Amino acid sequence: MYPAPFRYHRAASIEAAIRQLSELGEGARALAGGQSLLVWLKMRFGEVSDLVDIGRIPGLDAITQDAAGVRIGALATHARIARSPLAKLLPIVGDCANGIADNQVRSRGTIGGSLASGDPSCDWPVLLTTLDANLHTQGPGGARDLPVDGFVEDLYVTKLKPGELITGISFAMPVKGSAGAYVGFKRCAPAYPTISVGVQLSLKGEQCEDVRIALGSAGLTTIHARAAEAELKGKTLTPATLARAADAAVAASDPVDDQRGPIAFKQSIIKVLVRRGIETAKRRCHGETVEVSHEYY
Amino acid sequence: MSTTETIDLVPIEVTVNGQLYRREVEPRLLLVQFLREELRLTGTHIGCDTTYCGACTVQLNGAPIKSCTVLAVQADGGEILSVEGLAKDGELHALQKAFSEHHGLQCGYCTPGMMMSAHALLAANPDPSAKDIRKAIQGNLCRCTGYQNIFKAIEAAAAELRGDG
Ligand SMILES: Cc1cc2nc3c(=O)[nH]c(=O)nc-3n(C[C@H](O)[C@H](O)[C@H](O)COP(=O)(O)OP(=O)(O)OC[C@H]3O[C@@H](n4cnc5c(N)ncnc54)[C@H](O)[C@@H]3O)c2cc1C
Ligand code: FES
Ligand code: FES
Repeated sequence: MYPAPFRYHRAASIEAAIRQLSELGEGARALAGGQSLLVWLKMRFGEVSDLVDIGRIPGLDAITQDAAGVRIGALATHARIARSPLAKLLPIVGDCANGIADNQVRSRGTIGGSLASGDPSCDWPVLLTTLDANLHTQGPGGARDLPVDGFVEDLYVTKLKPGELITGISFAMPVKGSAGAYVGFKRCAPAYPTISVGVQLSLKGEQCEDVRIALGSAGLTTIHARAAEAELKGKTLTPATLARAADAAVAASDPVDDQRGPIAFKQSIIKVLVRRGIETAKRRCHGETVEVSHEYY
Repeated sequence: MSTTETIDLVPIEVTVNGQLYRREVEPRLLLVQFLREELRLTGTHIGCDTTYCGACTVQLNGAPIKSCTVLAVQADGGEILSVEGLAKDGELHALQKAFSEHHGLQCGYCTPGMMMSAHALLAANPDPSAKDIRKAIQGNLCRCTGYQNIFKAIEAAAAELRGDG
């Protein structure tokens, strides 16, 4: 299968890419790893007049961390993040990076593309909502910082303006005693998740001091399950509180009936994954090493 | 864009299995088509053509990729290893021998891609666990073998390459 013809431009810098995209106008698109865009073009879901390849812009794939926070460049691939020291330091990041598709897709796909695609099945927006991250952009109107939570406004629709590019994301280093988990359920590795759930938890003794929960593939955008968080905050994490949080997450979700399964099935998966995410995060808060990965059915 | 408009070809330089090729290509040409149709290296297969099956897997600068979802222009300046690059001086690579000896293939359609994923695994991890092997070929589908003999073949090749086969 061939995409429809397009012109190809390679950007040497972020400034050059912004200029090229602005000059070329509406029909032009940025190309990062191509693991969403090329599939879309090959399937002829749409056409572009020009692709501006941002994939070689130097310095845009760095992953840095210090006591204050973490910064990941837009061009960091899923594989690069999975192998980074950050994935060991914050297991929730490793859970997510390793759970995306397969080795081949992870070699090419980028965190910036995952956010910019506005796809509710992409994992990074869910993980980054869980970690309360910000994203950084640069465009014809200058630079902006926006929260990832709410960045995707509707199915495939983001807050990006024409010619504006994501340059990276950042989030504060989780406080000591806080830990997270990212769990997913999917048909096989080279498929998007049927449901995914991110949980970041802070405990005070056995009590939940703070928690953030986000759901992926559970609606038209990432869902920040605030009602589920409210069921947990200030409470002891008993099976009954976990069950109430899981029910609240289902109530906040809006999954669609598609080839990955009917709605009722997806709702039952949300319940299981929310409980599993909280339980895993809790064990990690207690210093246990717990390996989780996306499960297949 | 209207298809009657002419599109400028893009000059690229790609090293494939150690040999440098210079070509001018259409921007929309996929790497798999570049390998198969321009270079006539037909060992790399096209299965699903939608990034699922892994039959088109080659390595670009050492990383396994699905060449049906990479543009030839994106590989410009890069080094490709495809299944044709495995054998050296008429001698099959340990993976090729092991796939043959352990019946790691039936129809053979998935095999080049399987071996390129396995090759990338063994380059990074010479002594993989059973789980490592399963994870390494998660993006490669086989409709014939049921995978067991593929796992055995990769284990045997790993042992052979470590020198304790
Ligand atoms: C078989 C398969 C399975 C997959 N499974 C999963 C999965 O389980 N989980 C998951 O999360 N993802 C999955 N993906 C998607 C994959 O993660 C993609 O890599 C990712 O969605 C897009 O990143 P990219 O770099 O490839 O972006 P591209 O495809 O290059 O671009 C995607 C879109 O984002 C825009 N864009 C890219 N970078 C920027 C930027 N820096 N600034 C502004 N706009 C930009 C492009 O213009 C385009 O519109 C899968 C893909 C495939 C093919
Ligand atoms: S042909 Fe490329 S993944 Fe199937
Ligand atoms: S041997 Fe036939 S598909 Fe794998």
